[in-house]
Amino acid sequence: MIDFINFYLVPALAIGSVYALGAVGISMIFGILRFAHFAHGDLMTLGTYGVLAAAAIFPVNPLLLVPFGMVLAIVSALLVDKVFYRPLRKLPTIYTVISSFGVALIFRSLVQLLWGSQNQVFGSGGVRPPLVLFDTFRVSVLHVQAVVATSVIALFLHFFLSRTKTGRSMRAVSDDPELAQVAGLDTEKVVRWTWIIGAALAAVAGSFAAMDTSAHPNLGWNLLMPMFAAAILGGIGKPMGAMAGGYIIGLAEELSSYHWIGDHALISPSYKTAVAFVIMIVLLIVKPQGLFKGRLL
Amino acid sequence: MSALLSVRGLTAGYGGPPIIEDIAFDVQPHEIAVILGPNGAGKSTVLKTIFALTSIASGTIDFDGTDLARCKTSALVTLGVSAVPQSSNVFPNLTVDENLDIGTYAAPPADKVATHEKVLHLFPDLRAKLKQPAGELSGGQRQMVAIGRALMCEPKLMLLDEPTAGLSPAYLERIFDLLLDIRKTGVTILMVEQNARQALQIADQGHVLVNGRNFASGTGKELLADENVRRSFLGGAAT
Repeated sequence: MIDFINFYLVPALAIGSVYALGAVGISMIFGILRFAHFAHGDLMTLGTYGVLAAAAIFPVNPLLLVPFGMVLAIVSALLVDKVFYRPLRKLPTIYTVISSFGVALIFRSLVQLLWGSQNQVFGSGGVRPPLVLFDTFRVSVLHVQAVVATSVIALFLHFFLSRTKTGRSMRAVSDDPELAQVAGLDTEKVVRWTWIIGAALAAVAGSFAAMDTSAHPNLGWNLLMPMFAAAILGGIGKPMGAMAGGYIIGLAEELSSYHWIGDHALISPSYKTAVAFVIMIVLLIVKPQGLFKGRLL
Repeated sequence: MSALLSVRGLTAGYGGPPIIEDIAFDVQPHEIAVILGPNGAGKSTVLKTIFALTSIASGTIDFDGTDLARCKTSALVTLGVSAVPQSSNVFPNLTVDENLDIGTYAAPPADKVATHEKVLHLFPDLRAKLKQPAGELSGGQRQMVAIGRALMCEPKLMLLDEPTAGLSPAYLERIFDLLLDIRKTGVTILMVEQNARQALQIADQGHVLVNGRNFASGTGKELLADENVRRSFLGGAAT
């Protein structure tokens, strides 16, 4: 049981936090801008390298430097929206989807050009001592930080979406963009906030993922499919659903390799990524609106 | 008295051939005006055009000295024009209270609490449903939320596209009574309505369209008495 918590459950919640933060952006962008943003993983990578760049200058705990990555991701997202996505807004969404593939390549190439294609680690890269609780639980400090930070963000996001004018406007545009216009809402402002929140959370997610292992130009791209699975699972256009979806995918992936029956892993850890795909495909067939009744794809 | 809304030579459509051509009518302050006509006459297109949701080929829409033909949809609420579309007229995942609140964002009323109370006074049924998602309400209740949302910005002119569509006869009567109450608060109403006879009974002015063009105009009583209008749109003899 202790091993289950130390080596499966807590890491599952940590990777679930990464998926949850990334999936929120994907879900909000799909809900409000009506397209699958395939550059979201690479936006995450760009934000992560922003934190790495700041860490090379300021010798402090890298978590304190995450705002640098958030700013880089936000500026990049707003710029890309203005230059690439906005001119395509009135065309069928497939144009924007294809454009987002191009933007993904631009972000990845930019990262390779500026920081190289080799793996990079935060700090010295040495083994960090775990947090020991009650002499039995030995969990990674970073994992705990990821889960706590994601929980706090979820609370703020819930407050923002349900209590503030901008948050309610975002939910209204997600519900019915034409009615939102008729009601006089500033839809461009809503779009800007969607990018700001989506990009900021992507940078946080990427930073946690990179601090746990290492940063590399494919970091976000490799996380994209589980994040899409989480967004679909939670219901497209339902940010809190995407959060829940992230944790479910993270738990399903990690716990699928636990030795539930006998001494061997139920599924070899090398196949655990496939679990997210299987969940996504099954859900698209059985319950395409997701668990929280989101938009139909 | 000068008209609050004056439409002249309005030709518009959805990018292809025009749906409405050379439309002209006036709406006086504090009146209920109704646009009638058979299916496909372009009634809803007139409202959508006023609300900048179509492509205007020519014409003017003068509202209180501003040409709405040059305005964006999202700017109209700030000018004092609010609209209730025929379908999809509430935000289904937002609560009733949030739907009403959304109505104040573009043009906040002088006293939001008082306006909120005024709207709930008009629609007392909504008071118990404030925390319920609007998508869970019945058709009639949704219509009330939609009209309530449109009233929250204290508009000078309210556009309604078939407010009784799909409602039971009981709700139909209530909606017409409510429109009379709303008119008493000083709001001018321009609506498109399929229930022509009932609409003309409460309307100060009626405008009949056929094939996207003006066919007849007059007071509600005049149109109800007009033989041509009665035979074509009101199902025969006068009642």
